[in-house]
Amino acid sequence: MTLLKTETLAIRSETDVVLIRQAVRRLCIEQGFSLVEQTKFVTATSEIARNTLEYGGGGEAALETHLEGLRKGVRVVFVDQGPGIPDLEQAMRDGFSTGGGMGHGLGGAKRLVEHFQITSQVGAGTTVSIARWK
Amino acid sequence: MERIPILQMGEFLIVSIQVDMHDRLALTLQDDLTTRISVTNAKGVLIDISALEIVDSFIGRMLANISSMALILDAQTVVTGMQPAVAITLVELGLSLPGIKTALNVERGMTLLRQAMSSAAPTLHTDDADDPPED
Repeated sequence: MTLLKTETLAIRSETDVVLIRQAVRRLCIEQGFSLVEQTKFVTATSEIARNTLEYGGGGEAALETHLEGLRKGVRVVFVDQGPGIPDLEQAMRDGFSTGGGMGHGLGGAKRLVEHFQITSQVGAGTTVSIARWK
Repeated sequence: MERIPILQMGEFLIVSIQVDMHDRLALTLQDDLTTRISVTNAKGVLIDISALEIVDSFIGRMLANISSMALILDAQTVVTGMQPAVAITLVELGLSLPGIKTALNVERGMTLLRQAMSSAAPTLHTDDADDPPED
């Protein structure tokens, strides 16, 4: 898997979430994703970026484009140094929310992407990685 | 402060969301709309989202909230123009938007609102030839 390019954006405000959505949309278009693929990946990005801001107290997102053989992909890695998630299994479950959301954020985002990885340490922060291939 | 304009047309309020909304803007719209419904005594709210490229769980919740708040204030809401890619994504995300009326475009949305109003009206002045006579 070859990393084509990477760009790191801060997530400090709701406006940053919008900017990240737009940047990820551009990458998806660049990689030749269909409209449905773009929409799914950007929606997943929006869910995770909001979590990073709301629960992680902000952080950053690394936007990467990859090439694996002939397959093009987009990967976004969200990192925060927030309180962490004590029970990941519970957090991934639909309908579970400690915030004001509908509780579809994490579980829903996972369904929208091909690769989903989450690691979290209480007191140290959370890292979520999502990717989709063309 | 940035705001999404709400237009009044007779008994209807019309909103067209043309920007990529950040969360606070969505909440402001929710507040503005409920206020305007009560001030203008509107009976219907049409929200056109044809320019929206994504509806995530937050915006989905906002649409559901507006719809329920409007109903409590005796107004019907219809969401129009959702892009097919958005609809596909919403379902996979797990949001079925219960209680939200949708229409393919603004024109059909207006028809739906008018129908909802005309079918709601006769129950007030009873003129029910179809109903069985009461004893």
